[in-house]
Amino acid sequence: MMSSTVLYDHPGPRARVRNAVLSVVFGVGLVALLWWVYRKFDEAGQWEGRLWRPFTEPDTWTQFIIPGLRQTLLAAATGMALSLAFGIVFAVGRLSDRWWIRVPSGVVVEFFRAVPLLLMIFFIFYGVPFLIQGPVSAFWAVVVGLTLYNGSVLAEAFRAGIRSIPRGQSEAAYAVGMRKSQVMQLILVPQAARAMLPVIVSQLVVLLKDTALGYIVAFPELLQRGVNDLSANYGNVVAAAIVVAAIYIVINSLITMLAGWLDRRTQRRGFRATKKTTAGPAPVLEQAVTEPQG
Amino acid sequence: MHVFADQTNLDAYVSGFLWILKLTGASAFFALVLGVLLAAFRVSPVPVLRGVGAAWVNIFRNTPLTLIVLFCYFGLFSTLGLSFSDELDLNNYWLGVVGLSVYTAAFVCEAVRSGINTVPAGQAEAARAIGLTFFQTLRIVILPQAGRAVVAPLGSVLIALCKNATIVGTIGLIEASSVMKDLINSNGDAVIPIFLVFAGTFAALLIPTGYFFGWLANRMAVKR
Amino acid sequence: MRMKRVAAVAMAAALSFGMAACGGDSDGESGGSGAKGIVGKAQNQKKLVIGVKADQPGLGLQTGSTYEGFDVEIAKIIAKGLGVEAGSIEWKTTVSANREPFIQQGTVDLVVATYTINDERKQKISFAGPYFIAGQDLLVKADSTLAGPEGLDGKTVCSVTGSTPAKRIQTEHPKAKLQQFDSYSKCLPLLENGQVDAVTTDDIILAGYAAQEQYAGKFKVVGKPFSTEPYGIGLKKDDKDGCEKVNEILKAAASDGSYKAAWDSTLGKSGKAAPELDTTKLTNCGSV
Repeated sequence: MMSSTVLYDHPGPRARVRNAVLSVVFGVGLVALLWWVYRKFDEAGQWEGRLWRPFTEPDTWTQFIIPGLRQTLLAAATGMALSLAFGIVFAVGRLSDRWWIRVPSGVVVEFFRAVPLLLMIFFIFYGVPFLIQGPVSAFWAVVVGLTLYNGSVLAEAFRAGIRSIPRGQSEAAYAVGMRKSQVMQLILVPQAARAMLPVIVSQLVVLLKDTALGYIVAFPELLQRGVNDLSANYGNVVAAAIVVAAIYIVINSLITMLAGWLDRRTQRRGFRATKKTTAGPAPVLEQAVTEPQG
Repeated sequence: MHVFADQTNLDAYVSGFLWILKLTGASAFFALVLGVLLAAFRVSPVPVLRGVGAAWVNIFRNTPLTLIVLFCYFGLFSTLGLSFSDELDLNNYWLGVVGLSVYTAAFVCEAVRSGINTVPAGQAEAARAIGLTFFQTLRIVILPQAGRAVVAPLGSVLIALCKNATIVGTIGLIEASSVMKDLINSNGDAVIPIFLVFAGTFAALLIPTGYFFGWLANRMAVKR
Repeated sequence: MRMKRVAAVAMAAALSFGMAACGGDSDGESGGSGAKGIVGKAQNQKKLVIGVKADQPGLGLQTGSTYEGFDVEIAKIIAKGLGVEAGSIEWKTTVSANREPFIQQGTVDLVVATYTINDERKQKISFAGPYFIAGQDLLVKADSTLAGPEGLDGKTVCSVTGSTPAKRIQTEHPKAKLQQFDSYSKCLPLLENGQVDAVTTDDIILAGYAAQEQYAGKFKVVGKPFSTEPYGIGLKKDDKDGCEKVNEILKAAASDGSYKAAWDSTLGKSGKAAPELDTTKLTNCGSV
């Protein structure tokens, strides 16, 4: 492990001057760019009061943004719970000794990681009703789509987590006479789940953002209500997009901070000791963290 | 499969996936360049650069891509007047590439940064000890080793990018997901075969890509 | 071939999961619309689920928790005729693409959502009405000289992805540049700042946008419709009784003035006089 500060010497007088000059040049360039953007938006009338006034009215928040946000959070929470279950089941399935469990589990996980979520949600909404002879609500189309995709990603993360647990643990468990299912339930999954906590929380950010794809089935989440429907009322697409983006950024930053905190906490307790000694599982963990669907 | 026996539908299917491939190709290139640059920013000695890198990652990684692409159209093109082409499709294509690139670059940046972290500290210390500057250390010692460690995560990012290309449909580019939507609307009796063809094409493109990157990562892994 | 088998297995797993997940949602509500159709449901349960647009000013616009517009008023008239109070209507947002599935699957009982009657749709559902005859037209800036679809060559026109108006432009005016979005409301800011030269869809929808407060006086509807779009009320294909009942209600509404009142309180605000509802043109509800 290396913190970035080892990459360069502690700046001496000349380096400090150079860094200061670079900071100023870059800072000025950045400010100039932002100023230009601001001016251009001004010229196009994007700062006009009529576009922003809706956000000072309580109705905008109580009727559009908060109900949308509630749907977004509800879908994300439900999707997360189901994804976790899906992930654990299929991770264990892929590690099964029986090929007729292992192979289908692998196929499911690989398939749903490869299909764009937009296609999945659309199909669940329009296609599945023909199969089950009944309607699928937009909410469930979004949640099931999110579950299949994020569950598959989590399944891979769990699998890596289970495999990262030192073999001595399961050997000891077998030695005291446990069956394979007991070893999984009592020894491996609980430890893997704790080690994977940061990954799980990061995936929640992905899941929360992905609820925005619900627009394709008119699911009334934050983007649909706060940008599409709101701008139908007031004609302020850009203003609405800026406000809604800010809300997403705040919420996701909070979740990311939570992930960082959990990461530090679990590391301090030594749950990820394996990662420090062997380079093996680290890339797999990162891979799971950075699966950036919509 | 009568839907795909129709020449117009078949053409739409082909052109839909061609857009996806073109979006993925161009965005992968720009996202990689931009992402590595941002990662260099984030570990650089200049505080302003570090701030820019961190802000970029926090803003774009936490915003839904749909919103970013929408903003490329209404902010960059419509308000700032940034136009790439008089051809409508091409303009939308490049706006989509911008959106996908700035979004994906945030993920590339984080992958490269975590790759840098896998290089033992002693390497950088040794490089500094023989008098290499920050950029020399990064270019000659750190990045080549980090590059090997980030093959697998970058593979995931590329796969996600290809799937994310479907989101450019929101600004009117008729890519694969829009074609599928259109075909389903006009062929309500063949929803399942249509979905299987489109999902199957994505799976056929991306599952082998995933295995390829897994194999490559294994081959390139630095044995320590 | 192997790919296909793989996909099929995956699908089977996905579907069984999908069903399990959806099980919790069917709270027996859809069980109400039995053999008796909407008339039966209105009588027994005293409530109806009606699908309307959420983003079309003047016709069906969701303003917070309520919906308003001409379509919404028509839906209220029909519900009232069926014995359901306005307060007992459950409104559901529909978009153009999900109207037929919603009716077929019983998600909604009725659809009143700028729903053009055509033969393709009649194979899946049945239509009562029409309650209004619209036509595709162009919305342009107030000072524009564009006089009709013939002038579109080389111009940029905005519409909704995959919609009938968009397809008509593609086939009949291939030289026009077509920008598509998922809703018309995204077209209007572009029309305002001149990045598109026209927005095209049914004249009545365009009139609704033109009358919106923030665009008042900026746009005009060209006024030369180049198609005929009879708006109907969608219901289940086998519900002949329901369809006939809705037509009766429409007839009554035309004569007792409630139709005119519905217009005047919504689209009529733009200054346009209420149209005459031609009750001789009502559908025969699928009796062949």
